[in-house]
Amino acid sequence: MENYYLGVDVGSVSTNVILIDEDNNLISKRYLRTQGKPIDILKEGIKNLKDEMGEFNVCGVGVTGSGRYLANLILGADIVKNEITCHGVASLSYLPNVRTVIEIGGQDSKIIILRDGIIVDFAMNTVCAAGTGSFLDRQAFRLGIDISQFGKLALKSTNSIRIAGRCAVFAESDMIHKQQLGHNQKDIIRGLCEALVRNYLNNVGKGKEIVGPVMFQGGVAANEGIKVAFEEALNTEIFIPPNFDVMGAIGAAMLAKEEVKKKGETTFKGLGIADMDYKVKGFECDGCSNLCEVIEINEDNRILARYGDRCGKWTNSLKKSNAKLA
Amino acid sequence: MKITFPHMGNVYIAGKAFMEELGQEVIPPPRCSNRTLELGTKYSPEMMCLPFKINIGNYIESIEKGADTILLTGSCGPCRFGYYSVLEKNILLDLGYDVDVIVFDPIGEGVGKLKDSVSKALNVRKTKDIIRAGKLGWPLIRKTDELTQFANEKRAYAIDSNDVDIVMEDYYQNIENTYGAAELLNLIDETHEKLEAIKIDKNKDPIKIGIIGEIYTIVEPFVNLEVEKKLGHMGVYVEKSLTPTLWVEQHISKFPFGSKEVNEMFKLAKPYLRTLVGGHTRETVGSAISYSLKGFDGVIQILPLNCMPEIVAKSILPTVQKDYNIPIMTLVVDEMTGEAGYLTRLEAFVDLLKKRREGKKVGKLLFGC
Repeated sequence: MENYYLGVDVGSVSTNVILIDEDNNLISKRYLRTQGKPIDILKEGIKNLKDEMGEFNVCGVGVTGSGRYLANLILGADIVKNEITCHGVASLSYLPNVRTVIEIGGQDSKIIILRDGIIVDFAMNTVCAAGTGSFLDRQAFRLGIDISQFGKLALKSTNSIRIAGRCAVFAESDMIHKQQLGHNQKDIIRGLCEALVRNYLNNVGKGKEIVGPVMFQGGVAANEGIKVAFEEALNTEIFIPPNFDVMGAIGAAMLAKEEVKKKGETTFKGLGIADMDYKVKGFECDGCSNLCEVIEINEDNRILARYGDRCGKWTNSLKKSNAKLA
Repeated sequence: MKITFPHMGNVYIAGKAFMEELGQEVIPPPRCSNRTLELGTKYSPEMMCLPFKINIGNYIESIEKGADTILLTGSCGPCRFGYYSVLEKNILLDLGYDVDVIVFDPIGEGVGKLKDSVSKALNVRKTKDIIRAGKLGWPLIRKTDELTQFANEKRAYAIDSNDVDIVMEDYYQNIENTYGAAELLNLIDETHEKLEAIKIDKNKDPIKIGIIGEIYTIVEPFVNLEVEKKLGHMGVYVEKSLTPTLWVEQHISKFPFGSKEVNEMFKLAKPYLRTLVGGHTRETVGSAISYSLKGFDGVIQILPLNCMPEIVAKSILPTVQKDYNIPIMTLVVDEMTGEAGYLTRLEAFVDLLKKRREGKKVGKLLFGC
């Protein structure tokens, strides 16, 4: 049986499940929509892998993304890492001399600055989601075109129009205004791509030294219009890795591989988790005025974890009872 | 007269005991919670900064518990804080709360006015009595600050950092049951002993991070999403650039000369910012430099959304980062801040600092410097 490493990225918009081999080659990838049901989608992803690959050994598991703690509980990961480190690690494996990574995902966008193979600086969008995948998704919907066609249409435009991209709400009203003026659709789309890039560089990239080689990854990298707009704005070539949409998961798997080499064996619970029954229960703790929403996850009628409490009353209660059982 | 005051980190602990010693009845606001924030957001102007919203929430919750007089410090710097007292009073009156607001304006605005407010609030007549009361309150503030910092240190070195939280949670719960300075000091000493007893790993060489920014945001755990605790659990040693202790030194005990540490910050910030632009801009810039000189691995600036003085500091910090070669990250907080994204940034920053340290060690081995 082959030895593979599993990487899982549970994000706001997509959940990515991938397998890499000992040499970091991508063996299989699943790009699924999270749809607000991370546990079900995660199980589905694992099941898909099982169906596709037959029997195989999982030697290590890495999880990342905003749902990484949840994924860790369910999978028993060897390493739980934030998205920035994972994206940095993965991009270095594709382009060892990369110095800037632009990553635009569903709800956040990042810039990672690397020098000599080390992350030296990074930034994420702070208080505004204008310029992320879900914003584009919404505008594509409003224009009545499929998001996969969005970039291609932008490239057809010869005349760009300027759309205010400072804020998602204003961008939308400005876009409607431009439609009412009679501008054609492809020019508006190109304008939107440029607005997004401008917003990214002004917000996330502000004060950062962006020098090539520049790599562009995350779901939005599928959009050629944005890529071209970045190239024009930065006046440099932009590299898009072949698996741009699952780079976070690849990074997590690579880190898991390292971790397992260090500690000897994996803590992965096995592919059987796809058939386990998970129940999530939420309740409001009335111990103090914080009224924390405590979440309890059950795996086949056994309490797996409790979290969400500020004071640690519920989180710690479980640790103690576990210790007693052991 | 039942006195209350807004929360600001652990100041309420010393404030409560201090006023109880003077024979006043004190109703400290319940610890900041989501309800506090909800109430505050509902009754504050939307574009107002976060501390204001928490203040309003605190007042309403205290009034519900029976408070009828609010104590607040004033300010005459070019920052919105100067208008807090006026605006807050009007909002409370509009809501139909019949409360008295007593403002302690800076000494620079006239000693007489301040003395009047102090006598009224603390029920003392003579300057001599005020000074005596001050001497009583001052060690309380220092002690509570020292305890918080000791807990931060312990968290970084502890074998199980959760033990620190259990001790500290116990401490916060017990404060409500103490009365006066003696009981409080007792509790602090006991807590200190308990913290002392927590097993630590002496061989640890934790990453050191300085938290900088406007004082309210960095000392109030509810507002900064418990940044000290979060970093502590990642095994990071945390220090804050401003504390209530420093504030008292700067504005009261060492007035008009100012605290030595704060003056040092001003001096360091001078090449970047020569004058007061409001709030704690100079302190923020200066402390970033001072942490770099002290050999800290990184600095995190925390600012409440749309805080003007901190935005000025934020725009200066990239230059400091370059000149002093120390990573600086800025985090913006407001009532919309998501905890997951906040944690991701903190984790990534700690990862970055760890890698950087490793890289430096390798560099030393290679080049022998």
